[in-house]
Amino acid sequence: MHELGIVFNITKQIDEIAKENKVNKVISLTVEVGEVSTVVPEYFKDCFEWAKKKTEYLKGCKLNLVVLSALSYCEDCKQTYNTVQFGKTCPHCKSEHTYLVTGNEVKMKQIEVE
Amino acid sequence: MGQVRTILLERSAFANNDERADILREDLRKAKVMLVNVMSSPGAGKTSTLTSLINNIKDKVSVAVMEADIDSDVDAKSIVKNTGVDSIQLHTGGMCHLDADMTRSGLDAIDYSKYDIIFLENVGNLVCPAEFDTGATMDIMILSTSEGDDKPLKYPLIFQKCNLVIISKIDALKYFTFDTKKCIDNIKYRNKDATIIPISNKTKEGIEELTTFFLEKIKSYKES
Repeated sequence: MHELGIVFNITKQIDEIAKENKVNKVISLTVEVGEVSTVVPEYFKDCFEWAKKKTEYLKGCKLNLVVLSALSYCEDCKQTYNTVQFGKTCPHCKSEHTYLVTGNEVKMKQIEVE
Repeated sequence: MGQVRTILLERSAFANNDERADILREDLRKAKVMLVNVMSSPGAGKTSTLTSLINNIKDKVSVAVMEADIDSDVDAKSIVKNTGVDSIQLHTGGMCHLDADMTRSGLDAIDYSKYDIIFLENVGNLVCPAEFDTGATMDIMILSTSEGDDKPLKYPLIFQKCNLVIISKIDALKYFTFDTKKCIDNIKYRNKDATIIPISNKTKEGIEELTTFFLEKIKSYKES
């Protein structure tokens, strides 16, 4: 349900981009999702397969979904670490003065068009 | 077969919505209208809290409410009946959140410039509403004691986004194993700048503090 809203937002934008670029069809779409973006890749793929039928240019589009690792940075010891494994607490110095550097993105990377 | 070529996009999936939300926020700033996006899980007490708050501020400022739900108009009717202020019901057409375009169409329908503050009661959900920027000038959330003090650990984004967290149903604390101090620590862990106001819509405890908070926010927003 949650993924569907994001998928619709993407297919709507890609349809507009396809139209602007006067293409016949979109062959593939590459999307990057971060490990902590709250997007479940399998649900996302299912939603995409359903949603693409409702578009003008993406009916035969193949989805390439790339999952990006989540990394956090510690402001105290200046090191990065794996967010999924250690959460908000730095495993090097136990500080909680940390922030997410990468891993929460949902990004439209590129399309192949004909 | 035509020629295949690649178009690089390199943009956030939410970029279109974020741009429209920024434009809407700017329009609201120019019109000196505050738009408060109210989020929570279903049943945390959004409508009840808005009713308590609005009844305390409606004589001092002009207020409207936009209710967003998947279906029905029970919330909009409830607000009109219990507060007398203008209310409009938006239907999200099955979607679990409101986006900037839906918010804009709701605001246009009520002629937003005549109000000081408009509350947008988002769809009850702790995940999707946090991701789609509505264009609101302030994001707040309500967490009820029956949901548990660990929610900030489970739903990081919504707690990071909201600078006011209202802990509702504190009259029911004795029935649940909800540790208020632990909950406050968990909220601060996600967002150290968050203001936290515990309230009860039944006993009205905390409603005065909430009223003062909003009247001050409206004043500083108008002066900015």
